[in-house]
Amino acid sequence: MLNYIIRRMFYAIPILIGVNLITFTLFFVVNTPDDMARMQLGIKRVTPEAITKWKQDRGYDKPLVFNSAEKGVRRFIHTIFFEKSAAMFAFNFGRADDGRDIAHEIKTRMLPSLAIALPVFLLGLVAYITFALVMVFFRATYIDFWGVVLCVALMSISSLFYIIGGQFLISKLWHLVPISGFGGGLDAGKFLVLPVIIGVISGAGTSTRWYRTIFLEEMGKDYVRTARAKGLPESIVLFKHVLRNAMVPILTGAVSVIPLLFLGSLIAESFFGIPGLGSYTIDAINSQDFAVVRAMVFLGSFLYIIGLILTDISYTLVDPRIRLE
Amino acid sequence: MTSLLQIDNLETILHTGATPIRAVDGLTLQILKGETFALLGESGCGKSMAALSMMRLLPEVGEIVSGSVRFDGEDLLLMPETAMRNIRGKHISMIFQEPMLSLNPVLTVVEQIGEVLKQHFNLHGVMLQKRVLEILRQVGIPDATRIMTEYPFQFSGGMKQRVMIAMALVGEPGLLIADEPTTALDVTIQAQVLDLMRDLQHHKGMAILLITHDLGVVAEMAHRLAVMYAGEIVETAVCDDFFRNPAHPYSRKLFAALPSRTKRNQELAVISGNVPSLSDKFIGCRFANRCDHAWDLCRTTAPKWSRVTASHQVRCHLYDKDAGAKVQNQVEIEEADSRIIAVPQASTVNASTVNSKLLCVTDLEVHFPIRKGLIKRVIGYVKAVDGVSLTISQGRTLALVGESGCGKTTVGKSILQLITPTAGSVRYDGLELVGLERKRLRKKRAEFQIIFQDPYSSLNPRMRIIDIIEEGMNALNTKNDGGVSNGVRQPNFSKGEEVGALLQRVGLPPETKWRYPHEFSGGQRQRIAIARTLAVNPRLLICDEPTSALDVSVQAQILNLLKELQHSLGLAYLFITHNISVVEYFADEVAVMYLGRIVEQGRVDEVLGNPRHPYTRALLSAVPVIKLESKREVIHLHGDLPSPANPPSGCHFHPRCPNAMPVCSEAYPEATEFSATHTVRCYLYEQGVLS
Amino acid sequence: MPFKPVILWTDALIYLLLVVVIIFAWYVLRNEHLLTPWRRVGHSVSGMMALTVLILFISIGLLDTVHFRPAIENSGNPNIEKVYGVQVLSLLDVIVTPLRTSVEKTYSAPFATHLYTKETIELAEGRQVREFPRLKFGGAHLHNPEAQFATDVTWRTVKGVGLGLFIWCVFVVSLVMLLAYRSGKKFIRTLFSILRSETEVPWNAVFIVLALILSLIGAAMMLSTHYHIFGTDKVGQDVFYQSLKSIRTGLVIGTLTTLMMLPFALLLGIMAGYFRGWVDDVIQYIYTTLSSIPSVLLIAATVLMMQVYMETHPELFDTIAVRADLRLLFLCIILGVTSWTGLCRLLRGETLKLREMEYIQAAHAFGVSHWRIISRHILPNVMHIVLIATVMDFSGLVLAEAVLSYLGVGVDPSMISFGTMINAARLEMAREPIVWWALLSSFSFMFTLVLSANLFADAVQNAFNPRVRTLSFTNRKVVPLVT
Repeated sequence: MLNYIIRRMFYAIPILIGVNLITFTLFFVVNTPDDMARMQLGIKRVTPEAITKWKQDRGYDKPLVFNSAEKGVRRFIHTIFFEKSAAMFAFNFGRADDGRDIAHEIKTRMLPSLAIALPVFLLGLVAYITFALVMVFFRATYIDFWGVVLCVALMSISSLFYIIGGQFLISKLWHLVPISGFGGGLDAGKFLVLPVIIGVISGAGTSTRWYRTIFLEEMGKDYVRTARAKGLPESIVLFKHVLRNAMVPILTGAVSVIPLLFLGSLIAESFFGIPGLGSYTIDAINSQDFAVVRAMVFLGSFLYIIGLILTDISYTLVDPRIRLE
Repeated sequence: MTSLLQIDNLETILHTGATPIRAVDGLTLQILKGETFALLGESGCGKSMAALSMMRLLPEVGEIVSGSVRFDGEDLLLMPETAMRNIRGKHISMIFQEPMLSLNPVLTVVEQIGEVLKQHFNLHGVMLQKRVLEILRQVGIPDATRIMTEYPFQFSGGMKQRVMIAMALVGEPGLLIADEPTTALDVTIQAQVLDLMRDLQHHKGMAILLITHDLGVVAEMAHRLAVMYAGEIVETAVCDDFFRNPAHPYSRKLFAALPSRTKRNQELAVISGNVPSLSDKFIGCRFANRCDHAWDLCRTTAPKWSRVTASHQVRCHLYDKDAGAKVQNQVEIEEADSRIIAVPQASTVNASTVNSKLLCVTDLEVHFPIRKGLIKRVIGYVKAVDGVSLTISQGRTLALVGESGCGKTTVGKSILQLITPTAGSVRYDGLELVGLERKRLRKKRAEFQIIFQDPYSSLNPRMRIIDIIEEGMNALNTKNDGGVSNGVRQPNFSKGEEVGALLQRVGLPPETKWRYPHEFSGGQRQRIAIARTLAVNPRLLICDEPTSALDVSVQAQILNLLKELQHSLGLAYLFITHNISVVEYFADEVAVMYLGRIVEQGRVDEVLGNPRHPYTRALLSAVPVIKLESKREVIHLHGDLPSPANPPSGCHFHPRCPNAMPVCSEAYPEATEFSATHTVRCYLYEQGVLS
Repeated sequence: MPFKPVILWTDALIYLLLVVVIIFAWYVLRNEHLLTPWRRVGHSVSGMMALTVLILFISIGLLDTVHFRPAIENSGNPNIEKVYGVQVLSLLDVIVTPLRTSVEKTYSAPFATHLYTKETIELAEGRQVREFPRLKFGGAHLHNPEAQFATDVTWRTVKGVGLGLFIWCVFVVSLVMLLAYRSGKKFIRTLFSILRSETEVPWNAVFIVLALILSLIGAAMMLSTHYHIFGTDKVGQDVFYQSLKSIRTGLVIGTLTTLMMLPFALLLGIMAGYFRGWVDDVIQYIYTTLSSIPSVLLIAATVLMMQVYMETHPELFDTIAVRADLRLLFLCIILGVTSWTGLCRLLRGETLKLREMEYIQAAHAFGVSHWRIISRHILPNVMHIVLIATVMDFSGLVLAEAVLSYLGVGVDPSMISFGTMINAARLEMAREPIVWWALLSSFSFMFTLVLSANLFADAVQNAFNPRVRTLSFTNRKVVPLVT
């Protein structure tokens, strides 16, 4: 078991290296640092001196992968690749354009992101599974039919609409909660209610329908017939036999996104003015702060890979077939 | 004895397509207390749907339209669902065909069995544990305390079926419905499970409704039986009566279609045509279109029940005393049935070539590496084939017999180089195939071909028949350059005509070449697969369980076709099968395989008539037989087939062998030759050549 | 020639797609077994209703795809070489010229006759007043808006709906006649069987949807020439016009992305599954690595880099339209590159299953080459997966476009799309009184498009995969952005 987990972690290394190479290519090879400087400083009136200064400020003035001016190992160390890309493995993300340390920013912004993402995730999981179970219990009735119709309709609405509509209705029209903002401690509650509700509703269509499909697929299996042949009531068949089996894909699927919760959500955070990683990323995109975007790409895939490992572990926990192999 | 279950005029329809399918159409039967009643029928005749209707467990598309199912006098179909739940599991239990799919994979054995006790007996805690343990011991599960807390995937198929039986019996039901309980199991395991069911019935006095397609199983198990055809029962009788004297033409045909040693020199009887679609409306007798004895009356009036003897009834106009002019007697039918065409043995035709060895396999090994760890290091091998030697002569049939997992299919595929052998040599007509480069091998491929088990996956559903058959011709670019002229091909034929001729050769109309595979039945697809191989003029055909997915009557058609082709084209067959009676009927020589190795081989009469190896004996004794007089003594094998990744030392068979000696676990025995053709590897016999 | 045809990159690809679809349709029509699942699609009520709506959207999108540059009039001098305008117009632009050209000063509400903001107007006597001025086009024909407005709008609506229903009747009659002719039944009997919904294809549902659509179009046609039925935006452009133009952008993103990713997914997925071994390892590594980057971040990063490239190389694009179009194409490519992994994984799995099928083993036994096995045995047997994935992805991509454009990493700001409309309108959310019409119309257009796409995808999936396989499909959201 432990052996297995360690092995999975080793598998992650080449993937992280690959991600690193991709970001390097994207940020330094597709456009040279000179191009980026010109872009940032305005295309028209830009002097070579300004470009050099811009590059120096950010440490982009070194060669990409090989520094022939240096000697020995330093030929490779004093390069953009080593200082900007390889350094990310040590979570050394450098400084943003505003001069702040990115790693520190990330640390402080993770919690607000989590404060929204985690409740959305947990409430959503419970709500969607419940709705899906209700639909499956009443399968082939009007409840099921209209449930599916509702799901498809919910799926077809843009997430932007949920946020804008929710803000308009609840905050602006009914004045129930503040429209945006964030506070610490107990105060946070009133800021969180709206984004969490909207988050849960906006994911409802897709997830509920997916869970319903999983449940229905399990319902068609032979062991369900066996359970019925034992004389068990339909509720036990559904909640014990079907649910236990369906929980394997549902739980493992859910576990894989847990690490990504730290990243928060891009649009919701920017709409609700929550100082999380999502809004951080958006701001970076809007101000074309490449260092931050690069850091977020690496962090994102790092968390994704942790999610993969967690998925594997959760498989071994929920599925005896894998646990006992 | 009193009636336990009385079904009257049960009608069940399935709403799957545009027109409803009448899966069960007026079923009437009666099961007495404590008896075993067999419901016999080929696939698609509605027998499983009948059982599910009794339990009211039909799939959602199913609907019971009319009829009554009285259990202990109460009509189950009128009960409210809550009361019906009380019946299920407590008064009537059911076991299913696929034990691996029928058990919940994420619940332990004790949870799954305990549920029944909680539901019906309100047992909890220690009492429940005790009862589960008790029932597990009763179904012969060793080490029941450990098994109890394990999950189904940790057991073999036979063990799972035992757990299923335990689960069904723990409520002490009056009736056990067993839907093909042994079809998914190997013969030796089947023998164990059938014995268990018989014992348990004996002790508990419950009734069993046994649903099966296997005449042998019926003969071994049942007291009374009913034959089902196209949704209705056509004959019902006490078992002895039926086997002595089957009355309905369909039943008689089923017997005649069974391959056996005595029929070696004749064609098997076949039932022409296909099972009628159950969505059609029947006017006359459902079997009329396929019946050799049918006359006008059969096509216009559905037959009523006629009595043959007091306990033997049949739904056939032949036995209807009021059926008018055409009353026939038993003798006439028998005569008609025995009009059997004798087939000259292929061996006699090709006597001159018997000795030319077409295929010579020596010490063939196929080991699949087991990889593990970070860098996928090889930590062991699955020795699927572990030193197999065999030879096949021109125009002869060698049967390779063994249970599932013994590596027989791998032998077939590695001979064709579809799987690369790890070691050993395969010489075809003197040419070494192992390690032959792709190009040269491709040139030779026309001469040896393969027919697969599953007719549904052996034809590409997206290709027309003509494209399927032409594929091989195009790939191998054959134009009358094959070694044998198969008599099908004429020089001036265009490809399309050639395909038509090939289809005719296998008994299909040439026009069918424009159709797609899904329009054909299983037997017809197997014919197409045969035509596809014939298209390239092969001399050796590897038949990998070509009939095991087919019903008996269709199996007979395919066996006849293969036999006839061998006769006319001089084909050699490597016939891979687990079905002993097919071997008896079909093969010239036989090799018995156990866990990657051949334990005994020789001519059919030598091996099957006088088996030497304990495994061969056990295997043969486990096959259910129809002959009522000679009750065979089943040699019970304990345990299951070991894993080929970790075979037992010495003779692979020794842990299960009733005659095992200390020496058996030490080294693999040398071959003992009983005759020029008959060799056995076993320490029971003196090693080396016996005079 | 009064115009010069312009074929933008996306236009060319759409034409290519159109050709592919037509060839595919022709091939399917000739093969009964390929047609069968499509028949099942045709029998689905919701699917056919959705298809009717989709066809409307697609026609608008196609009209908007035929681009040209009109000649600039230089009256009276035929000797001078014809000069073509810089502006690239589409057929749709020409059809809805009144919408395109009737530009107001700034915001105006739907059906307004006056501007949304007060302006200082100098009266004849030199006095200045602040009031809502009349619009230049919206309701300009009314002398006394307060009195005439209601009757004018009602009358125009009635006329429009009447016209729509008339066209509907003509259409229904001709279609029923065609159906009657094909089935060899009488006209009246065919009509009644449709009314009683006894036909296999749910024509009655189609007719109902069509009636709705045609009367809406009729009303819109009658009204929009004299009113801004969805209002105007900040620079006074008609919102209805913008919504119509957004359709093409959404369709392009939804279809071309798939076109971009299909070669990757098909080739790599099938190769990985078929050859296994190191080929499989490499391909699996590539897609695991790519899919481990959260797609929105990857898209954002790539689009940012593309922006830099385009900014620093302005010489490559001669007109704004070309530039916007190329950016759209790049967006499709980027979305394609980031979203092929899901389908690739599915195809790999399916191929792994297929290669063990006995018919493939049989092909090996005949010495059929790898290439032929892949093209004749594997490819046709995975096409249903590709098809289902394509239709299921479509709606997700349309939604993704809006979000990406909103984030500033979507289409060019000069290109009209649902995302840019929302982005522009969002800024006005804080206004009192609120400017709601641009948001509402873009959301409702998008909702209609995506809902019908979802319903159609559902029908296709049910028809091609009766054994529910939604599992793996619904789980792959193209851009998992939702909060």
